Amino acid sequence: METKYLIIGNSIAGVSCIEGIRSIDNVGKIVVVSKEDIQNYSRPLISYYLAGKISENSMAFRSAEFYKENSIELILNVTALSIDTKNNTLITNTGNIRFEKLLIASGGSPIVPNIQGYSKDIQGIFTFTSFSEAKKLKKYVEEEKIDNAVILGGGLIGLKCAEGLLEHNIKIHMVELSDRLLSSTLDKDASNFIETVLMEKGCVVYKNDTIENIYSENNKISKVKLKSGKEIETKLLVIAVGVKPETSFVKDTGIQCNRGILVDQFMKTNISNIFAAGDVAEGKNLITEKSSLIAIWPVAARQGKIAGINMAGGSAVYEGMFPMNAVEIAGVPVISFGITAVDNLENYEILKKSDGKTYKKIVLHNNKIVGSIFLGKIERSGIYAGLIKNQINVAEFKSFLLEEDFGLLILPEKYRKHIVVGDGIEV
Amino acid sequence: MVKPKRIIIKEEYCIGCRLCEIYCVTKHSCAKEIIKMYKEKKIASESGICFEEKGSISFAIQCRHCDDAPCLEACITGAMFRDKDTGRVLHNKEKCVGCWMCVMVCPVGVVKISQSEKRVASKCDLCIDREFPACVENCPNEAIYVVDYEGKKITKE
Amino acid sequence: MAKSKNISDFVIERDQNRCIKCHACVRVCANDVHFKDDATSEVASDDSKCVGCHFCEDLCPTGALVIRKNPSETRENAHWKKEYIYRIVRQAETGGIVLTGMGCDRPYKNYFDHILLNAAQVTNPSIDPLREPMELKTFIGRKIDAVNLDDLNWKTTSIDEIMSGLLELEVPIMFSAMSFGSISLNACKAIAEAAKLCGTYWNTGEGGLHQSLYPYADRAIVQIASGRFGVSSEYLSRAAAVEIKIGQGAKPGIGGHLPGEKVSQEISLTRMIPQGSDAISPAPHHDIYSIEDLRQLIFAIKETVDYKKPVGVKIAAVHNVAPIASGIVRAGADFITIDGVRGGTGAAPVVIRDNVGIPIEIAIAVVDQRLRDEGIRNQISIVAAGGFRTSSDIIKAITLGADAVYIGTSALIALGCHVCQKCYTGKCNWGIATQDPYLTRRLNPEIGTKRLCNLLRAWSLEMKEMLGGMGINAIESLRGNREQLRGIDLSEIELKILGIKHAGESW
Ligand SMILES: Cc1cc2nc3c(=O)[nH]c(=O)nc-3n(C[C@H](O)[C@H](O)[C@H](O)COP(=O)(O)OP(=O)(O)OC[C@H]3O[C@@H](n4cnc5c(N)ncnc54)[C@H](O)[C@@H]3O)c2cc1C
Ligand code: SF4
Ligand code: SF4
Repeated sequence: METKYLIIGNSIAGVSCIEGIRSIDNVGKIVVVSKEDIQNYSRPLISYYLAGKISENSMAFRSAEFYKENSIELILNVTALSIDTKNNTLITNTGNIRFEKLLIASGGSPIVPNIQGYSKDIQGIFTFTSFSEAKKLKKYVEEEKIDNAVILGGGLIGLKCAEGLLEHNIKIHMVELSDRLLSSTLDKDASNFIETVLMEKGCVVYKNDTIENIYSENNKISKVKLKSGKEIETKLLVIAVGVKPETSFVKDTGIQCNRGILVDQFMKTNISNIFAAGDVAEGKNLITEKSSLIAIWPVAARQGKIAGINMAGGSAVYEGMFPMNAVEIAGVPVISFGITAVDNLENYEILKKSDGKTYKKIVLHNNKIVGSIFLGKIERSGIYAGLIKNQINVAEFKSFLLEEDFGLLILPEKYRKHIVVGDGIEV
Repeated sequence: MVKPKRIIIKEEYCIGCRLCEIYCVTKHSCAKEIIKMYKEKKIASESGICFEEKGSISFAIQCRHCDDAPCLEACITGAMFRDKDTGRVLHNKEKCVGCWMCVMVCPVGVVKISQSEKRVASKCDLCIDREFPACVENCPNEAIYVVDYEGKKITKE
Repeated sequence: MAKSKNISDFVIERDQNRCIKCHACVRVCANDVHFKDDATSEVASDDSKCVGCHFCEDLCPTGALVIRKNPSETRENAHWKKEYIYRIVRQAETGGIVLTGMGCDRPYKNYFDHILLNAAQVTNPSIDPLREPMELKTFIGRKIDAVNLDDLNWKTTSIDEIMSGLLELEVPIMFSAMSFGSISLNACKAIAEAAKLCGTYWNTGEGGLHQSLYPYADRAIVQIASGRFGVSSEYLSRAAAVEIKIGQGAKPGIGGHLPGEKVSQEISLTRMIPQGSDAISPAPHHDIYSIEDLRQLIFAIKETVDYKKPVGVKIAAVHNVAPIASGIVRAGADFITIDGVRGGTGAAPVVIRDNVGIPIEIAIAVVDQRLRDEGIRNQISIVAAGGFRTSSDIIKAITLGADAVYIGTSALIALGCHVCQKCYTGKCNWGIATQDPYLTRRLNPEIGTKRLCNLLRAWSLEMKEMLGGMGINAIESLRGNREQLRGIDLSEIELKILGIKHAGESW
């Protein structure tokens, strides 16, 4: 049978695309290619694996039966190199595959900045975005009995990695270029909270700083030197400064890219039978109303599903989402949505409350919530996500937003009833 | 997709007694004897209910088992899943790692953090093994009741 | 020194071995009896506030609560009973009239308990209601004087003519006047819906017809009382029948007073008075001082409703009830409602409730007899009210001469009422006699309707059994059929007034 649907990438966007397609088309042949070698694993779980909280066989978010039930031909260890958009053919390192509809869900790849003394071949330097890297890292930590480490980057991935390493009783030096941890998702107050928690666990945080030089002995890392002059001896460096959309194979194919691949509301690229979803795609940000990269799991899932439905001839519209994140650092859960830190206070209103153990912040713009942070106490925070998504005017109940017992009850009755009774709830 | 039965909330008849929570906890702790369970602190579960109260209005809300459930999409482990036979959104505590993605996206705010055994997510399962969820069966004023997939009220008679 | 004594009528026994501290009782008691004792972390209660409504007892998931009568006694004294002593104490403290709710609770002789029904044996067969048709249907309103047979040609008097202006009841039981204000809107809804479903009628009381009850207006008997609350031509035209309320069994000769704080927006709209103003029903109608005045009002109403609906008059059963009833027939009323001494109320001075009026059993008998004697019984229907507890009370009332009965208290009991008699406090825990939004939500009208329908169904079945036993297959054949009754333990004068023979006397 001819390949009807070809999917590049076997992570959440790709899998959700399968689900989208199969909700409409039960027979069309689906082929999935992935450059990784494992049938299915959840990327965000690699930090739990590193921490030893889950085993290798618990890494999957969909079982082997999933592929069988949906009759998926899964081709592993194959890297897409380019796309011949005229002849509807994917060019890979092992051959060509023709398709009718193509989904690009190749996710992101870690950014490795130019640092003096860095070379791929030096032992003890890792990135932290794939299971294979995580496995290598874990083995290294255990075999080399690592007791201190440097993590470059205090963003989500850096912190996740720190979480994992802390379970191995490793002293961590975290180097962050900006003035705070998780700078893209948290404000200063929440960041300080996190920093304190980390420091209590024995971490050292260097802010407004970066690594200037990497030193190695016998091809093994031995020391890093920071811009501030500080030198740290270490046998382990994790580079976690971010990911960029994996678009290398789209170059010169005519598929339009900005930082990620540009898509319309149907997740379609400028080429009518080629779709993109997940970390590689730039979809609509509901808050800014602009297309942007929101590299998170739920966005990839939603986009993948929408793409799948449209590829199979259905009609589904991606209404847009907004950045959101949930992390737990040393037992302290944090959830953030949208815009959490603003400089220009004229256009925004800030509500916040803290009691030393918990922190809650709401950012309003024109009486609508555009961002919020929940630290320590996160239950029911999803309700706020709903308010953001549905752009509910909160003027009437603004004074309740920070209340301990905030809930559906104080929401306008119509909206409340919609949530309680209505079907098809989405965030 | 099989559509699940649903619990309908009539907030205008909630009397605020919170018995639904008591019976939910009892049921999910597999206890038959409420008194022993509470007295001997054998509580093995938290209630799947979020109870809200302000002034004279109150209601108990639990997972809506959404048709287009955002928690299913957000779950990074597959612990949150749709039960094929009943259409319910169920949660597998074994698989869950406590990443709180589901807490983050549930617009009803009904995914709780379990304090009892493992620190994982926890929510209403519509009482998997019985016709009437414990909360519904014990609501003294039918402020919560179950409807089938067509929206028809299911009664005991 | 006369120190105020906190009198508790009840004691609350909380079995601490069963109490799981769920605090359900703390949350629900409108009288703030239960509380969480922060010092001991136990749940405790202040018995003196308990009114004995049993709401908490019913709700407690572990059965840890028992509400008992306070066994503490004053020295036994047949005359100076505990209740009188404490009433004096209260009045010495407050200087006010003591109020109460529900009907008279004095142990006056209950004639229903002294009347026995007949059953057919051998000479006339009994009827099995499960096999034979059995009719409980009855009609309320003025019946035509004679059917004009005109050479045995039935057509001259049409069925329409016979039926016009009559209320058709599937069961001879209606829901008595309980206004929105005295009871909650949810209670009104449950009652109105049940009336509609069961093919009978409900009565708005003197509080007007709330907008949300319009769908049940075709089953409503609307009242016009001395306050004339909520009365408009629209009110009359929506209704199935109109009842002029002169008196009420629980408080004959007394007016009513709904304090301003209870006149909420909804009540003000329904009663058509300003929000927050006292709703005062004067003791008399200020335009009725004679039968002639009454006749004027009756016909004013009949004009308004185009002579299409029955117009009735409700009075309390008092000493002169028979001649008054006769006057009411002559004033042109289509039905008369007689409310006996045990008739309920939302609020009445306890001395009035317990000491004024006569039992309904007696009132039915004397009114029926008087109207027959005067040859005007067919011109009016008698609706009896005041304390019907079981279907046998109703059967006996009909046999004594009533066309149908009104039930009030028993309907409320079906809705949850435990007859704690605290209706006047507005803190009814069962959500019935209250307007507090925190309490009214406790009465889910859907459940209420179901329970009321069940009650009517159960009583209908029982009535059919009793009827069949007497060998009678239609309730109309039982009306006034006093040969089916025998008195027991009654004096000659009592038998004479009731118009029945003593047990042992045959036909
Ligand atoms: C450590 C870590 C923790 C995270 N934690 C969270 C979290 O808690 N919450 C959250 O929302 N998000 C989290 N994320 C982000 C989340 O993992 C991503 O948003 C999500 O994985 C994106 O899914 P995707 O399907 O778009 O792409 P990816 O998961 O990046 O998958 C890309 C797929 O494409 C394949 N591929 C790529 N290039 C090629 C090629 N050229 N040829 C063939 N196949 C190719 C890969 O093999 C892979 O199968 C985390 C990420 C990391 C790294
Ligand atoms: S947990 Fe929340 S999002 Fe998930 S199905 Fe239930 S109500 Fe919907
Ligand atoms: S907390 Fe558990 S159920 Fe919720 S998203 Fe995470 S893994 Fe899934």
